[in-house]
Amino acid sequence: MPRVITYGEAIREAMSEEMRRDPTVFCIGEDIGIFGGSFGVTRGMLDEFGPERIIDTPISEAAIVGGAIGAALGGMRPIAEIMFSDFVTIAMDQLVNQGAKIRFMFGGTAKVPMVLRLPEGSGYGAAAQHSQSISSWFLHVPGLKVVSPATPYDAKGLMLSAIRDDNIVLYFEHKMLYNFKGEVPEGEYTIPIGVGDVKREGRDVTIVAVSIMVHRALAAAEKLAKEGIECEVIDPRSLLPYDAELVDRSVMKTGRVLIVHEGVTNGGMGGEFAARIVGGPAFDYLDAPIKRLGGKFIPIPYNPNLERAAVPQEEDIIAAVRELVA
Amino acid sequence: MKELSREKLIDMLKTMYEIRYFELKADNLFMQGKIHGTMHLSIGQEGVAAGAGAALRPDDYLLNTHRGHGHCIAKGADLNKMMAEFIGKETGYCRGRGGSMHIADVTRNNLGANGIVGGGIGLAMGVGLAIKLQKRDQIVLGIFGDGASNQGIFHEALNMAAIYSLPVVYLCENNQYAMSTPIKKTAKVEHISDRAACYGMPGVTVDGNDILAVYEAVSAAAARARAGDGPTLVEAVTYRWKGHSKNDPGVYRTKEEVEYWMGRDPIKRFRELLIKNGVITEAEADAIDKAAAQAIEDAYTFAVNSPEPSVETIMEGVYA
Repeated sequence: MPRVITYGEAIREAMSEEMRRDPTVFCIGEDIGIFGGSFGVTRGMLDEFGPERIIDTPISEAAIVGGAIGAALGGMRPIAEIMFSDFVTIAMDQLVNQGAKIRFMFGGTAKVPMVLRLPEGSGYGAAAQHSQSISSWFLHVPGLKVVSPATPYDAKGLMLSAIRDDNIVLYFEHKMLYNFKGEVPEGEYTIPIGVGDVKREGRDVTIVAVSIMVHRALAAAEKLAKEGIECEVIDPRSLLPYDAELVDRSVMKTGRVLIVHEGVTNGGMGGEFAARIVGGPAFDYLDAPIKRLGGKFIPIPYNPNLERAAVPQEEDIIAAVRELVA
Repeated sequence: MKELSREKLIDMLKTMYEIRYFELKADNLFMQGKIHGTMHLSIGQEGVAAGAGAALRPDDYLLNTHRGHGHCIAKGADLNKMMAEFIGKETGYCRGRGGSMHIADVTRNNLGANGIVGGGIGLAMGVGLAIKLQKRDQIVLGIFGDGASNQGIFHEALNMAAIYSLPVVYLCENNQYAMSTPIKKTAKVEHISDRAACYGMPGVTVDGNDILAVYEAVSAAAARARAGDGPTLVEAVTYRWKGHSKNDPGVYRTKEEVEYWMGRDPIKRFRELLIKNGVITEAEADAIDKAAAQAIEDAYTFAVNSPEPSVETIMEGVYA
């Protein structure tokens, strides 16, 4: 029987295994110790690793990120947690102006090996300042890497790669996926940063879906298959660097593309992904204009009906695919 | 002064002269239109950099400010590589990618100047955390200006350094002006070091134009940090003779005020002290002065004859 664990457990398992293997790895963040993190991801880690390696901090996001960068410069491999990714705004100078630039500014003489965990996404009524999906912002920052796993398997393999990477890796984890279960083999494996994955094969339409949208796209594809529309679902897994080749190969087969992500469409990663297709070898294979589905251009609302309507749902994906093949 | 060797005292004077001549050269190159970009000169503040630098062990860490040439020299930087970086050459510390505001000498644990006011305060705390977690006995010197003490990161980082008892010496180089704005207008406390009380750490204010006072305060703070007793906030009050950066009309200070502070030259003061106490002779002091001036000229010769970075290498160094 293959082992099944949750997405949250997969993240914890990766961090714990790496902390056992490498004494320079430690976790730092708000309420990650006895409380186990706002979403329970670090639960139990204090007991195993002690307060020196599972460090509870004051509510000081700038100092958490700046401190992690400094610790990385000083020879450690920190895993810093921002309780909700929305709060990273408080740490933007440390992350963007300091950490991301250090290696280049110093002529390649320094490195900043660290992971910044960023729980994101809407869906449980936390409203505008606790529900954003802002990973797109960081695709504009040279020096950062950005990953966004959708399954427990990918979550573990990408976390191990992120910890071992010698750069700052932003690890966006979707809050509504923490209890999502999936097969995760025992023992060590890694997923290279920058390599996407075909989550479902299909000949008619390519759906490039990110994070929780992978699951909505797969559910939509299941229903569309009954109508005879076969969707290929591509999960980039890494947003920076991005596996444009994998997407191109799929588009060259299907000729039709839908890009789905939760963050707002305007200025979002979907535009970048579309531009990669248009500017690359797959352009000549396109049979229809590329479609993008993202969040509406509003902050995430509180009311559950409004909240649900603010971001792409399964039915929106089905409707968009039908339009693409019409 | 008695506990310092003659060699150490001479080295401190030499460092001050090197900083002064580096800054004069930088100013001169700018006036001649020979440099690209901006810079922030620390003429008049040499006592702070040289005093603090002398209090460090070679393997201690440094994070400093945009007005950081002096700190970098006091940390033992190679003048050739510094000058080459200042004029943007491939042989510079950062291969010409950083320039004046980002000179870093990672081999000597100098983790760089910083273009963001207060930007290094949080990083210094993190380096302290790394030292503590690895149970090493180095310390971190985190230098920032009076203006930076009003940034949010100052509060977050000093608080965290204090609660974790990190081996950090925070040194506020208070030159009394954040660009044109006097610190008296932007802080209600009399001394920046008074703010240490908020974090439960010792705070001390010294005359930044007295190199020995800076040396003693930073040494005491470093000893405390090395012993595992946590951070200290040292404030060194000084004054910059030149403008904030290259475009400064100087309208916010009176001529009399600038002249008053120019009369309190930290180099002249230390030189006279060493001569008066028989540590060196007038002739020896002149020789130290001349050698420093020559070292800067030699550095410039090295830098100006160095290659420009090749545009083909522009993408290097973004990722490790």
